[in-house]
Amino acid sequence: MKPTPSSHWQDRDFPAAAREVLEDSQTRSNVRHATNVIQAKRDAVTGELPDWEPLRDAGAAIRAHSLAHLDYYLVQFEQACTRAGGQVHWARDAAEANQIILGLIQRHHVDEVLKIKTMTSEEVGLNPYLEANGIRAHETDLAELIVQLGKDKPSHFVVPALHKNRMQVREIFQREMHLPELGERPEDLAAAARSYLREKFFRLKVAVSGANFLIAENGAVCIVESEGNGRMCLTLPDVLISLVGIEKVLPRFRDLEVFLQTLPRSATGERMNPYNSIWTGVQQGDGPQEFHVVLLDNRRSPILGDAESRQTLQCIRCGACLNACPVYHQTGGHAYESVYAGPIGAILTPQLHSMEEGRSLPYASSLCGACYEVCPVKINIPEVLIHLRGKVVEEDQKTLSGRFGMWNLGMQTAAFLFASASRLSLAQSLGRVAQKLVVNKEGMIEHLPLLLSGWTQTRDLRPLPEQSFREWWAERTLQTDAARTDSGAGGQATGRGSSHGE
Amino acid sequence: MLVSLFITCYNDTLFPETGRSVVRVLERLGHTVEFRPEQTCCGQMHWNTGYLQEAIPILRHFVEVYRDAETIVVPSSSCVSMMRDHYLKAAEMAQDASLRADVEALLPRIYEFTEFLVKKLGVEDVGAAFPHKVTLHTSCHSQRSLHLGDIPIRLLKQVRGLQLLKLESSQECCGFGGTFSIKNADVSSAMLADKVRCVLNTEAEVCTAVDNSCLMHLFGSLHRQRTFVRTAHIAEILASTAGERA
Repeated sequence: MKPTPSSHWQDRDFPAAAREVLEDSQTRSNVRHATNVIQAKRDAVTGELPDWEPLRDAGAAIRAHSLAHLDYYLVQFEQACTRAGGQVHWARDAAEANQIILGLIQRHHVDEVLKIKTMTSEEVGLNPYLEANGIRAHETDLAELIVQLGKDKPSHFVVPALHKNRMQVREIFQREMHLPELGERPEDLAAAARSYLREKFFRLKVAVSGANFLIAENGAVCIVESEGNGRMCLTLPDVLISLVGIEKVLPRFRDLEVFLQTLPRSATGERMNPYNSIWTGVQQGDGPQEFHVVLLDNRRSPILGDAESRQTLQCIRCGACLNACPVYHQTGGHAYESVYAGPIGAILTPQLHSMEEGRSLPYASSLCGACYEVCPVKINIPEVLIHLRGKVVEEDQKTLSGRFGMWNLGMQTAAFLFASASRLSLAQSLGRVAQKLVVNKEGMIEHLPLLLSGWTQTRDLRPLPEQSFREWWAERTLQTDAARTDSGAGGQATGRGSSHGE
Repeated sequence: MLVSLFITCYNDTLFPETGRSVVRVLERLGHTVEFRPEQTCCGQMHWNTGYLQEAIPILRHFVEVYRDAETIVVPSSSCVSMMRDHYLKAAEMAQDASLRADVEALLPRIYEFTEFLVKKLGVEDVGAAFPHKVTLHTSCHSQRSLHLGDIPIRLLKQVRGLQLLKLESSQECCGFGGTFSIKNADVSSAMLADKVRCVLNTEAEVCTAVDNSCLMHLFGSLHRQRTFVRTAHIAEILASTAGERA
């Protein structure tokens, strides 16, 4: 039986969804401003570290090692966490994770729970599932609260409301918190959120979180955050349930030395997160007295089995690749129609859907490499994008519509032409004749048909010149050889033709 | 030195003047250029679009044509990055040990044009004159794959009469990305609009780069908007002399 799919995002392909965002000047301006600010901060605090590159290497090595021995470290984590008083649950897919969490909540007869920002819960669609079962989940991260109250979707997994500006946030709070007089200053908005949330922190008994890291050797769980809402949720409630992807495990406590440097610097441009919470099981009389970890697979195992794309799971969700990506700069996160946006989302999402959804995402990149350059665990995202494109093409070619589609026909034709120089020369000559249909009076191409029309919607194209380089070279070689013969130098034409410097 | 020129398929077809300029510069520096007419393409378009199986015969052809070449010069950083970043993987995918061995032996002998001038020949002043205001688009592959750094700038700074103007956000992609420009034409165009705005802000007459792919993209918009800012591959600038414009 196939695992149930994750939350429902994938409605349109990337080009169609992107187009809608491109027409939304307010969102674009918000995204541009926010990514520029974060990226500048990130560049400053990574540039100041003399050992930034060794830290990236170490991060990549630790994550790759953890993944290579994931079975060992997960069992080690389970044993250590259980010894410390935690309870570990294994969820094969989104449906299992949701059922486990619902069951744990229902045991305590509550109909409201606290949430700390967790993209994994977005991935499994936890909030709507709980809602359908009569349980209201309250997001406590400021940005997640904005998204939740605005009935919106996160557009960035570190800064979920990055696409909203202050005035838009104020409108949402005025409406949803019934505060018509609310001011527009950041401190007004923060104060409103604080009093709205504080009541919930003190009243609610069950909290659901994600985790940044699991530590195998001692069963510890680590969350880093900026606002203190996490610390509230991790300490005040009686029951804490942490939903964590299986890939998040690190072997040793000391491995945090690397990631607690690279994660905040990459994510928010901070040298250190304001709140770094690490807890191990249950401590009597201190913090939640019941603690659960739900380990989620949800199609991570197949990714682990693919040697080419396994590095996808090295991700520590810093979001630096989103802020660096020139495509994300234009479109923001919603165009990806996925919990995970940006370059990492473009490789993670289709794999989490077994390449059945999000098939346009591997193409949502110009392969410029900015993502790879900033990645603190050195995921070669362009390489994985190409690998996944290969899978998309391979699947397409198995269908009739794919095989006889314009892309495949065009690419097969090009491959045929590039197989030999004589075919390429012939194509060049034919092209010069055929282009007469599209070259205008100015001698420029302003309209191209079919697939190529995408080019001429905003770009002109110079026609093929009268003479290709190879024709020029052949002509020049002939002239040179003739001149040599004439002058009696006895030069001989080489098949390849080479000419000496003057 | 005998230099084998790999012109690349699109320079051969669309930008022969770039190839002529490369020949002129190298010959002016006293080197011998050979052109192997069997050459076609590096396979990048197929590979990057996901037609991995189709790319393999193309790159195999490249390897066969150049297997015995001493030094190969390519006026395109993106084609060189295709070779350096993906050829070994392609050979592994083809499960062809001899192709892999050929690639391993060949890669150290392949140079991007400006990299060849500065790193291999140690030349920065190629005797060029180009009395114009020029801005440089630092193409993605030249920076993030080949790590050319300031090599193109060092060459341009030695050109007589050339006034080099700084391009804002010059490291950001122009939005070409091969088939990306067609598959995601709207996003690509939005990226291009930003890039063109930066180019126009410099008030340069000419925008140059080490890749004609980016320049073709930039030209498309610069011409569509009738800005009359020209684009020219860096080889064309380096080939120009006081007596002879490229």
